Amino acid sequence: MQKNLLKRINEHKLLYLMLLPGFICVLLFSYLPLAGLYMAFVNFTPRLGQFWSALFESEYVGFQWFKYFFSGNDFYIVMRNTLVTSVLTLALGFVMPILLAICLNECGNRVVKRIVQTTSYLPYFVSWVIASNIIVTLLSGSGLINQMLLRLGLTQKSIPFLQEGKYFWWIISLSNTWKDSGYNSIMYIAAIAAIDTEIFEAAQVDGAGRLRQIWNILLPSIKPTVVVLFILSIGRLLSTGFDQFFLLGNAMNRSYSDVIDTYSFRYGIQNAMYSYATAVGLFKSVVAFLLVLTSNTMAKKAGSSHLF
Amino acid sequence: MRHRNLSWYIGNLAIYAFLFMVFITTFLPFWNIAVLSFNEASDTRLGGFILWPRAFTTSSYSAVLSDPEIFNAAGVTILRTLIGVPLTVIVTTMMAYALSKRTLPGRRIISLFFVFSMYFSGGLIPSYMVIRSLGLIDRFWVFIFPGMANVFWMILVRTYMEGIPAEMEESAKIDGANDFIILIRITIPLCIPVLATITLFAAINHWNAWYDSYIYTYKASLKTLQAVLVKILNQYQTGDMLSAAQQMANEAKKLPVSSETIRMTVTMVATIPIILVYPFLQKYFIKGVMIGAVKS
Repeated sequence: MQKNLLKRINEHKLLYLMLLPGFICVLLFSYLPLAGLYMAFVNFTPRLGQFWSALFESEYVGFQWFKYFFSGNDFYIVMRNTLVTSVLTLALGFVMPILLAICLNECGNRVVKRIVQTTSYLPYFVSWVIASNIIVTLLSGSGLINQMLLRLGLTQKSIPFLQEGKYFWWIISLSNTWKDSGYNSIMYIAAIAAIDTEIFEAAQVDGAGRLRQIWNILLPSIKPTVVVLFILSIGRLLSTGFDQFFLLGNAMNRSYSDVIDTYSFRYGIQNAMYSYATAVGLFKSVVAFLLVLTSNTMAKKAGSSHLF
Repeated sequence: MRHRNLSWYIGNLAIYAFLFMVFITTFLPFWNIAVLSFNEASDTRLGGFILWPRAFTTSSYSAVLSDPEIFNAAGVTILRTLIGVPLTVIVTTMMAYALSKRTLPGRRIISLFFVFSMYFSGGLIPSYMVIRSLGLIDRFWVFIFPGMANVFWMILVRTYMEGIPAEMEESAKIDGANDFIILIRITIPLCIPVLATITLFAAINHWNAWYDSYIYTYKASLKTLQAVLVKILNQYQTGDMLSAAQQMANEAKKLPVSSETIRMTVTMVATIPIILVYPFLQKYFIKGVMIGAVKS
């Protein structure tokens, strides 16, 4: 048996060789940082160029950094900002792709369909750096949005959108929706395309109008896709992204724009409180991991039970 | 044919209105940036609705393209894309090929090793420390190595490979071909669609990456276009781009270029390659989403 296994391994040695570069990359850049998470449990003070020895010689402090984080007011603020923006993004960003897919499907003009579909993907493919530059420009005092509001008489003087925190959650949620809706609609477009056209034709013969067809045939047919994607997006509630908050956030909107990732980044990279920042990051990783795991299992269940 | 009664027309109106709104919200912001980059700064300051350059100028583009910092940054971005994309695709394809073989001893545990890394990350600070301890700070390879093995794309490619009939590879094996030869001669030619998909995504990722250059490099010579754009955005956000006095002087001189038009122009320079590339690769990324959906 033992010999047999060795022989089989030997037969596949070329395959192991092919796995090697990827294995080393993942080991170095995904698993070594996991070992580095030990920082969260010590009082880490860096020494130049000797991370690992400095880490394991640092004083063990247990859960002190976690206690510090949970007892402070910052915990409430970053959790609130994280959860509010993700729930808002989910509310806006989940419906839009479905609506877009349905409208694209109902649109009889192929040219219009093609143009709208192609432009709707554009925001997804640009970086958040470009997107943030665009958003900042649109929302500036002389930007397009303020100009529009002024012209329509909805405001007397331009609104400082990014300088006042109260607008921030909406800006992020709408930006997320703007960026991803086109791309996220692909899944629904495919689900709609998979529906047997004969069902629609039969419904037309029976005199069902468009709304009826959408309500009674289209929506029930794509329901499994909708359910699975909804459960999966619940799993990503804590993974709000770092880029948009980091790039659009500033000192003036901080109390609304600070989320777990930006908070951990600021304390770690900028204030050199490595252990504290690591503890904050670890807390997020664990909760996010559990959420994703639960939602994936649920999505799998929902997926199979709808697939008969 | 559908019934063309009044409610059909009302429905059509609503659908086209919605699609028009989607088009405007996704197109106009980019158009706005383009227009402002071609408009004279002194004219933009007058305010109002600018949907077409009122005072056309290309001086911002000549200023940006002759700026050594931006020129260098564009070079770094192009270089990392040219080197990073093939390496990522090669490493990822090799992983996918090996793990698509059901006879491979330890296949499940190795897969688990890769997949777990997708769901649980060490986070920003430990990653930074590891990069630093590996001596990758201020090295060009910090842009290439960390993203070289992409597990999600590996799963895409593996799923695709598992759909290839086994007979094709087996007959080659009987002829004495080893796995490298089979991969190159038989499997890769059959996987062109999925490899095109991950190539597209890898290229866009490299082009768009800013965090690694922003955090892991200090040298100006290693800053990518996106990292320079972050710097410009930060300067804009904190408002210290130009001192008030300088701004007054510029206004008095009616210069066609300002920090604002420069910001617009660099944004355009970073966006144009994406606009040129992605519409032609639409069918590939749509295919990628579909394979990914089947898997998850």
